[in-house]
Amino acid sequence: MTTSATGFFGRLNLDALPITGLIQNPNANEIVANTAAAVVIVGVVVVVGLLSWFRLWTPLWRDWLTSVDHKKIGIMYVVFAIVMLARGVLEGVVMRAQQAAGPGDGFLEAEHFAELFSTHGTIMIFFVAVPFVFGIANYVVPLMIGARDVAFPRLNQISLGLTVSAGMMLMVSLVVGRFSTGGWTAYPPYTGAAFNPGVGPDYWIWAIVVSGIGTTLTGINFAVTIYKLRAPGMTFMRLPMYCWTIICSSILIVFAMPPLGVAALMLAADRYLDFHFFTNDLGGNMMNYANLFWLFGHPEVYLLVLPAYGIYSEVFATFSAKRLYGYNSLVIATMSIAVLSFTVWLHHFFTMGQSALINAVFGIATMLIAIPTGVKVYDWMATLWRGRIRFSVPMLYGLSFLMLFVIGGLSGVILANPTVDYQVHNTLFLVAHFHNVLLPGVLFGLLAAYNYWFPKAFGFRLSEFWGRVSVCLWTGGFLLTFMPLYFVGLMGMPRRSFSYDDPSFRPFMIVAIIGALVITCALFSVLIQLWVSIRDRDQSRVPVGDPWDGRTLEWSIPSPPPPYNFAIIPQVTDRDEFAEAKEKGAAYPTPDAYEDIELPRNTGIGFALCVLSGVWMFALVWWIWWLAAVMTVLMILAVIVWTFDDSTELTIPAEEVRKDHEAWLALVHSETAVDRDFETSPENRGLARPDLEAFT
Amino acid sequence: MKRAPTHSYPGINLGERHASADKAAEVVTFGFWVFLMSDLVYFGLMFAIYITMIDAQAGGPGPHELFDLKSIFAQTLILLTSSLTVGLAMLALKYNLPRGRIVLWFGVTLVLGISFLVLEVRDFMAMAEKGGIPQRSGFLSAFFGLVPLHGLHVAAGCLWLIVLGIQLRVKGMTDVVISRVVRLALFWHFLDLIWIGIITIVYFGGLTYG
Repeated sequence: MTTSATGFFGRLNLDALPITGLIQNPNANEIVANTAAAVVIVGVVVVVGLLSWFRLWTPLWRDWLTSVDHKKIGIMYVVFAIVMLARGVLEGVVMRAQQAAGPGDGFLEAEHFAELFSTHGTIMIFFVAVPFVFGIANYVVPLMIGARDVAFPRLNQISLGLTVSAGMMLMVSLVVGRFSTGGWTAYPPYTGAAFNPGVGPDYWIWAIVVSGIGTTLTGINFAVTIYKLRAPGMTFMRLPMYCWTIICSSILIVFAMPPLGVAALMLAADRYLDFHFFTNDLGGNMMNYANLFWLFGHPEVYLLVLPAYGIYSEVFATFSAKRLYGYNSLVIATMSIAVLSFTVWLHHFFTMGQSALINAVFGIATMLIAIPTGVKVYDWMATLWRGRIRFSVPMLYGLSFLMLFVIGGLSGVILANPTVDYQVHNTLFLVAHFHNVLLPGVLFGLLAAYNYWFPKAFGFRLSEFWGRVSVCLWTGGFLLTFMPLYFVGLMGMPRRSFSYDDPSFRPFMIVAIIGALVITCALFSVLIQLWVSIRDRDQSRVPVGDPWDGRTLEWSIPSPPPPYNFAIIPQVTDRDEFAEAKEKGAAYPTPDAYEDIELPRNTGIGFALCVLSGVWMFALVWWIWWLAAVMTVLMILAVIVWTFDDSTELTIPAEEVRKDHEAWLALVHSETAVDRDFETSPENRGLARPDLEAFT
Repeated sequence: MKRAPTHSYPGINLGERHASADKAAEVVTFGFWVFLMSDLVYFGLMFAIYITMIDAQAGGPGPHELFDLKSIFAQTLILLTSSLTVGLAMLALKYNLPRGRIVLWFGVTLVLGISFLVLEVRDFMAMAEKGGIPQRSGFLSAFFGLVPLHGLHVAAGCLWLIVLGIQLRVKGMTDVVISRVVRLALFWHFLDLIWIGIITIVYFGGLTYG
């Protein structure tokens, strides 16, 4: 083992910088790598510059970085996810461009292409989908269940800190050293020390371990929040569908993140300490890795897509102005999917040597998942049936999802058949399949959620026009990029290949790069939408808080909500509590009395652990042992010192709550209610007029 | 107001005099159980890996050459006794004895925990002398992935005992400290549970099938 021969900076030296490569060997490949590194550096400089220029450091620290408010933590998660999404999308475009360049070697080196698909997958799953899903959940879940915060607000901040520091490692790997070339699954023995002595797999390992700990803590937090902090009267069968999906997702995290942690740490033991878990010699067995990884990996896709199902359930019900159809069956289906997701992991490696019988069992288990999913699709369609549908942006994402997701799901059923899988595994058919479920499924759901709950978070609606442009671009871009991949996959083009020699693939690749460019436009349209909406925010303010004639509790409070969310914790009597209250004319009640509210006080522990764990990871990657040891001690000390701090609560006096709440109630009574025809016009100030009289 | 006589959360319920701590403790204790479940999955997987690798000895030393059951017996007795002493600390809490009593039992537990670790490290050193190092084979990698992981948990528990002992002295019996005592006891019993798995699967299982 070579881990002993290290100096003060471990194995870090100037060769680790991409600029060294450019100077020694200027070519297109190096230019792409250096551009990426430059973007990271320029991005950091610009952000630091802007913060200093506008003197925002103090507010940033006081109002955001040390905040334990679930709403702010949720927003920070989403911002982080969108930054990472931008990188992930651009990497996808570069890969498509490489393959569109046609037979031959394109403009990238094989190594660089391998880094791109490794970071693309790692980023999209761990640093886009997970933080986006739990950013939205952070914001919405406590509001939906009538709680003042999550169960463990400070732990929540720590989760965010760990996720961000792990994501930063991927950014650092652009500038210092190289990321792994082993794919997002990082299979050994290829990623073992024997074949891959560089820093790449180490970047992957530590990013995964640290973000995995953060995600596990988040899962614990949300499971406990929904179990224990529901408002009085909110029984499980009155829980909004979205919260059901989050609780299932949290359960999946609690049970499915450990296998990933175990696999990554065992790989680390192999690489750093010369263990033989997965090596080719001395009794190592890489199949253990494959099993562990997918024991996590399959539940993972459901922990991402279930919350999206929850979002669509809320969106379809709200924009159809109807109660969600088949609530009970949706709950059962969600739970079934959560349980079944643990029984199918082997379908990710049908071709890796199991007996036909075992393959058949897992193939059938995989196909079974289509049943509860099908139940959901029919429930959603039945919710639309005879609803008073508005084609608002979230609804458009939902409709796009319904059609595209069914195609993706069906191609999954095809792949679930082991005999078919033998033919198409490891081809672009598979890539097309999982993008077909992850984009329309997860990403469209998250964008729908972003459009749907944005006015709740910021007090004004997003631009409807740019939202629609965005839906069209995402849908079109998705179709153009990934439908051709089904065809070339069936024609036999392997995934992850940086070049190919069959010219008949090329037309499909050209369509795909056009699609990738459309997706880039879609990404920009999201940013333009945000820009335009902020510019025109005075035309779209919704201070009353209910712009969409919503059905659940989060719409019954001001937009943006006060730090304590609810002046008075509501008493719940119905599943669609707020819709029911509006129908009975009992919405916006004036409380008899107010109470002091205790809120968690700000703390710097999350930020401290973010920085310390970041340095710790960097030290481990580069073998700077003394620094890693110092950081370990500091992290333990930080936590111990933090537990001695007793002044963790902040009391908001009843009088202040009363003043704010009564001011808002006065606003509610002074505004005119609008019906759904004016939903997107400036007259919509967030006070909804129920459409019931239309039926009488 | 009297507390309902129902057990509102798993774990050791506090008495009536702790009513103010009870609501907060309910959420935190439940959360800690969920954390333990997640941790249990870690160990479960490491057990599974050990079982699959029991034969992967690659010509190196196996269980019969390496395991010293006398030492394991001593470690088991020590760890089980430490669970008893943690239980006595909990009884002191329940019956409202002076907090010095809790600190005393924590102290005894700490001594037992450290003795356990000393014996364990001595075992590892003896194994290394016979060539039983993790770099030797898949089997030994699995062994050293699992048993020291438990040892690391015991070490973390010892650190927790020290910190909480100090907090008991400095802060006294505040609601937060009481709730931490409850959770530490849960954690310590969890360590025992894992150890029972280790002697059964790692040591007895190893000697039977290895």
